[in-house]
Amino acid sequence: MKEEIILEVSDLRTSFFDEDFEIKAVDGVSFELPKGKTLGIVGESGSGKSITALSILRLIAKNGKVVGGEILFNGKDLTKLSEREIRDIRGNDISMIFQEPMTSLNPVYTIGKQIYEALKVHQGMDKKEGDKRVVELLELVGIPSPKQRMKQYPHELSGGMRQRVMIAMALACNPKLLIADEPTTALDVTIQAQILDLINDLQEELGMSVIMITHDLGVVAETCDYVAVMYGGQVVEYQEVKELFKNPKHPYTVGLLNSMPRHDVDVDELEPIKGNVPSVRNMPKGCRFAPRCPFATELCVTELPELDRKEDGSEVRCWIYSDRWDGDPEVSVRNEERTT
Amino acid sequence: MSSQQSQQDKEYLAEQSTKGSLFWNNFKEFYKRLAKNKTALIGGYLILFLIIVAIVGPYITTTDPSQVDYAVKLEGPSAEHWFGTDHHGRDIFTRIIHGLGITMIIGVASTILGGIVGILLGIISGYYGGRIDTIIMRFMDILLAFPGILLALALISILGASRQNVIIAIALFAVPTFARIVRGSTLSVKNLEYIDAMKALGASDIRIISLHILPNILSPIIVQGSVFIASAVLSASGLSFLGLGEQPPSPELGALLSDGRDFIWDAGHIAFFPGLFIMLIVLAFNVFGDGLRDALDPKMK
Amino acid sequence: MVKFIVRRLLQLIPVLLGVTIIVFSLMHLTPGNPAQIIAGESATPETVAQIEKRLGLDEPIPVQFFHFVKDAATFDFGNSWRTSLPVSTELWPKFWVTLELAIYSMIFSIVFGMAAGIISAVRQYSWADVSVMLIALFGLSMPNFWLGLMLMQWFSINLGWFPPTGWGSASQILLPVITLGTSGAAVIARMTRSSMLDVISQDYIRTARAKGLKERVITYRHALKNALIPVVTVIGLQFGGLLAGAVLTESVFSINGMGKLIVDRILARDFPVVQAGILVIAVVFVFINLLVDISYKFLNKRIDMD
Repeated sequence: MKEEIILEVSDLRTSFFDEDFEIKAVDGVSFELPKGKTLGIVGESGSGKSITALSILRLIAKNGKVVGGEILFNGKDLTKLSEREIRDIRGNDISMIFQEPMTSLNPVYTIGKQIYEALKVHQGMDKKEGDKRVVELLELVGIPSPKQRMKQYPHELSGGMRQRVMIAMALACNPKLLIADEPTTALDVTIQAQILDLINDLQEELGMSVIMITHDLGVVAETCDYVAVMYGGQVVEYQEVKELFKNPKHPYTVGLLNSMPRHDVDVDELEPIKGNVPSVRNMPKGCRFAPRCPFATELCVTELPELDRKEDGSEVRCWIYSDRWDGDPEVSVRNEERTT
Repeated sequence: MSSQQSQQDKEYLAEQSTKGSLFWNNFKEFYKRLAKNKTALIGGYLILFLIIVAIVGPYITTTDPSQVDYAVKLEGPSAEHWFGTDHHGRDIFTRIIHGLGITMIIGVASTILGGIVGILLGIISGYYGGRIDTIIMRFMDILLAFPGILLALALISILGASRQNVIIAIALFAVPTFARIVRGSTLSVKNLEYIDAMKALGASDIRIISLHILPNILSPIIVQGSVFIASAVLSASGLSFLGLGEQPPSPELGALLSDGRDFIWDAGHIAFFPGLFIMLIVLAFNVFGDGLRDALDPKMK
Repeated sequence: MVKFIVRRLLQLIPVLLGVTIIVFSLMHLTPGNPAQIIAGESATPETVAQIEKRLGLDEPIPVQFFHFVKDAATFDFGNSWRTSLPVSTELWPKFWVTLELAIYSMIFSIVFGMAAGIISAVRQYSWADVSVMLIALFGLSMPNFWLGLMLMQWFSINLGWFPPTGWGSASQILLPVITLGTSGAAVIARMTRSSMLDVISQDYIRTARAKGLKERVITYRHALKNALIPVVTVIGLQFGGLLAGAVLTESVFSINGMGKLIVDRILARDFPVVQAGILVIAVVFVFINLLVDISYKFLNKRIDMD
């Protein structure tokens, strides 16, 4: 049974140019997202996950540029579209919500007007029809008394409410794909769960595909079907979520899981990953994770491994799983299954 | 006794060395950032050039700026008289070279004078707060209620027109602008934790202000200084132009321009060149100030 | 909001009082006896004493100040020492000329300044941006009296397109307005540019882009409205600068406005007129600043509460 793939990103590379210096913020990202499913992109800050998301809609800042790879959305390569064509996709076929609900809405316009804008641009709705749809959308995202709320300005709403408004705006034109860039990071813990539930429910209701960008593996466990783990601007592992938690392959993933508090298993001590995320200006020559990896060998330090695709569709970027592995053949991560 | 003494000496020496290095580090940091900013460098070189011309120029020019020669009066630019001659046949180029320094000195002197008073008031206001702050800032509000050149006009109307009075009048206008900026910066520095720590250790106010607050608020002061010199030069030459500043036969640039206006019908060059040089001075300080602002505080861009 | 306005109005009282004191003391700090100045060098002591009595100059200073404030509140500034006409009769017609000049120049500054600033910001680092900013830098650094003289020399004297002096007809207005408005336009252009650039990097602009809006719509609907808020403050300050700058512009174009009047009467030592002129400009400036403060607060209300 082959699933229909809505988004396929292969070997995406996005760089920023500071005078003559090239900063490779995203340097080899590949993943695919089956229709109607949720993909989590996980990584620490600076791993390039947000830039990956922004690259899909081509929303990166002026000094940034997609320099390689392709992004196939329903078979169309988004990187090759004209400015006009990509504009027709933004907010229509693909929508995005951001990390900072406090600053993501324009302070000088009512929320109703800001949602209506998307309807007008993509569906040519008139004001009356638009207002009706705005009320519908605000109801859908669980905002009470939407008729009054739509006339309010962003500063009159709480952070959670504003994020709901952002979601309503994103859903206005029934997008096929919703990209959520750390949608809950800036919110209170209690509100976080509400917003995640809302996105989950809406996804089922509307049959959207979702890309959930987060640094929180807990969020991934709760919401995603697939997950791409990013490190140093690259995808280091791509798996089904259940597999990832049961049988993580990349040492970085293992490290992430070990540093995550779990309530189902007794863990005496959390193990943080030693060392720091490498700077984008000074990337290691070999495997990006090698300086922090407990298993790193000569090979890891000198040569960058490829993102290797297995028969089950999973991918991992690590020498341990290759024929050229020069370390301990019985290395623990290779065979061990985690208790779940 | 003697060991206690030497202990004190050591502390004193340590203090002195940190004092020195704090200023020195600030200065080095300042220069490093300045050197990176091309705008600031261009402005700086232009200022340097004008200063050198103003100092060395009068010794190099062969003619006397007040040498009258009616045979060549109101002549346009020529090989002999680069910028032409005025109604007394005086060489305008020579007069401008001599006047450049006067105009710059008035601008710089009034800025320094007003700046010192304004910085003091601003620090007192920001550091002590409370009633004294209210009183000082109210007074600054009153001074700021006279826009631009108006306060200078008021003062000149009392004191009479002279170079010294022009400097005082413009300095008075500088006081509130410096006081406001310095007060704001002082407030932001005052609440830093280490200032509290210094206070807890029993350092005197004067010590804290001179060693810890002042070095930290130098950047906005320098930027403001450069920008204010530009407007001081404009005000000073404006007053001369109105006949309320430098008096003829002074070759101050505003006064030269004032001479030129009477002959605008037949000899436009008399007014053209002095104005051009006023603009050059103002431009230099504005560019320098802009560059400094970018270099010292990237956030303000 | 009402509370804010009331508070700002109350804060005006000490400022206005201070301004009045400074203006009042102009006459009393001046070396020489005012009555002597009026009467002239050769007047007898009796005549001088008589004038002193008539003007109330023999009364204690605080009493004189009280009278001054009371009279000023009813726009009575006494009589000119030179023409003997009531000061207000001399002043008002000229005040309107200056106000007209300042308002036209303000409009010029705003229209050209904002347009240039927007173009600059939208095409950051393009040749258009670079040239606009260069022109603005020169506009800012140019003495306006020099610009006025050069415009006059070129367009009035050489080309004969405009009358070189006077005020009233459209052709007389143009050159003085350019002269006075240029530096303001430069300041507004620079401010608009930096404010626009600041806004363009805000999160909500990215949101607008993610919605699929056209760049033009983003610039004019989403960015501009936010960017104009800080520009309003600059415009207010500029207006004060214009009132003061009018002194020089009026002098260049021989416009019979208040600025020229003040300068002429300073030279003639006619203090009642000088006092009244300076007081009127300062008070107008204070109230314009109040208006700017209020409108800024009003515009900023939605953002401020974050």
